[in-house]
Amino acid sequence: MLEAQQLAFRYRDELPWIVNGIDLDIRPGEIVGLPGPSGRGKSTLAKVLGGYLLPERGSVRVDGAPLTRSGFCPVQLLFQHPELAVNPRWRIGEILGEAEAPPAALLDELGIESAWFERYPHELSGGELQRVCLARAICSKTRYLLCDEMTSMLDALTQAQIWRAILNIVKRRNLGLLVISHDTALIDRLCDRVVPCFADHPDAQIDNLPGDQKDQDRNSGEHHREEADIPPDSTDRPQTGIQL
Amino acid sequence: MLEINDLSISFSSYSFGLRKTETCAIRSLDLTITPGQIMAVVGQSGGGKSLLAHALLGILPRNARVTGGMLFKGEPLTIKRQAALRGRQIALIPQSMTYLNPLVRVGNQVAQAARLGGVPGRESKGAVSRAFTRYRLNQKVISCFPFQLSGGMARRVLTATATVGGAELILADEPTSGLDPASSGETLAHLRELADSGKAVLLITHDIEAALKVADSLTVFCGGVTLEVAAAGDFSSHGVLRHPYTRALWGALPGNDFVGAVPAAMTIAKNGGCPFSCDCPKSDTVCNDMMPELKRLYNGLVRCHYA
Ligand code: SF4
Repeated sequence: MLEAQQLAFRYRDELPWIVNGIDLDIRPGEIVGLPGPSGRGKSTLAKVLGGYLLPERGSVRVDGAPLTRSGFCPVQLLFQHPELAVNPRWRIGEILGEAEAPPAALLDELGIESAWFERYPHELSGGELQRVCLARAICSKTRYLLCDEMTSMLDALTQAQIWRAILNIVKRRNLGLLVISHDTALIDRLCDRVVPCFADHPDAQIDNLPGDQKDQDRNSGEHHREEADIPPDSTDRPQTGIQL
Repeated sequence: MLEINDLSISFSSYSFGLRKTETCAIRSLDLTITPGQIMAVVGQSGGGKSLLAHALLGILPRNARVTGGMLFKGEPLTIKRQAALRGRQIALIPQSMTYLNPLVRVGNQVAQAARLGGVPGRESKGAVSRAFTRYRLNQKVISCFPFQLSGGMARRVLTATATVGGAELILADEPTSGLDPASSGETLAHLRELADSGKAVLLITHDIEAALKVADSLTVFCGGVTLEVAAAGDFSSHGVLRHPYTRALWGALPGNDFVGAVPAAMTIAKNGGCPFSCDCPKSDTVCNDMMPELKRLYNGLVRCHYA
């Protein structure tokens, strides 16, 4: 089981909590949905669960053991922008083999063609690159997959194709899956269970706004959807293809 | 307002040993928009949809070759005319904030756009302030730099920038991508308002659900080709959609059947057949070899041998 207990995270001491007092558990083979608007810290929670960020309080345990900080992490994250999660100077073949070479059957299942191996990330479409990231994330040691708005940039057909493949893999390998999305129809379609832990968290949104703008937003009463894409949250995304 | 006939865009590049290769990104695209209308162009992610906006504005890279006709208010869009109209009568709401100059305060950029659109210099300040009010932007944001804006705010600034000069044709490139439902609903409502005030809006998106919320008609685009032109109302039930690809796209929504397939865009561009032939249940040899013509069918258009 992937267990988070009383997790709390903020970027700096003087900044507000982004994640605060979150309990969450995902059993192997279980598909859990995490809906809600952007700016409520869902992505940050995913990064804490995946070991990209260290929680200030609380703990993350994977099948009873604390999250490892070295070697291949059994909890793998997939992001909305796959182009930011790979090294742009590596060929697809190198990216795929980063942890261990994915078996041919998996590549087939994900529709990854060997002709891509010689190409660079920018030569693939978003859907193709996302499937490459998926193949890289699904290793023999992978136990849990956390998908953060993974298909929200993709058209409906590509989206459905990717999720069908994930569902098959997850089922066969008994992986636990967390689906983070603001598309409630997608969550309803995929998940066994939904955790509404961010639905009522009005304080977490103003987190990353730069100084004076924070006050301004509070005054104008429009804080709740504004955190979305601002810098501090995106700079810690792995840009180099390094996986924990 | 805008008429596009048989537009094709291809890129030439030199690979290994200076071999010249030509890749076709858009093949025979047809499209018409009238004032007061939102026409959505929906289709595969990465299917060259943004290039359409760039072609209309005349800002394609130099190795691009454009053929076919583009008429704006009945007159051909030449490179020279595009330069004269760009930002004045035809404006783009771009996909990302990177279109804003990172070193110039937001208010100044909107004022610049207003002046470009023909608002006299002394009135530009008032125009900026009105645009900010209209798009629910706090007046203090006028003095912010782009990096200080969050996703939803940036989108409103981009919309303000595109509309402050009074352009009559608005091109919105993936305006809802990366936004949550509340912000995306707001952005779409702004596009509807613009159309209702007599502008023509071209909404380019991969998100068919977003398009259906506000568009009057949809052009469905796959492998660089127009496959169907349908009214938004045609998407209410399976029966009225004319093209197998449109039916598949509609059926793939999580709220519908959620069945996926991805037309292999790369192979299509090379052979001359129907872009959907690899995945189409009705496909046969004719489909593989011959591109169907675009034909009229119940008040819409469809490009399929067997429709
Ligand atoms: S032309 Fe043929 S392959 Fe293309 S959509 Fe029609 S039936 Fe299918």
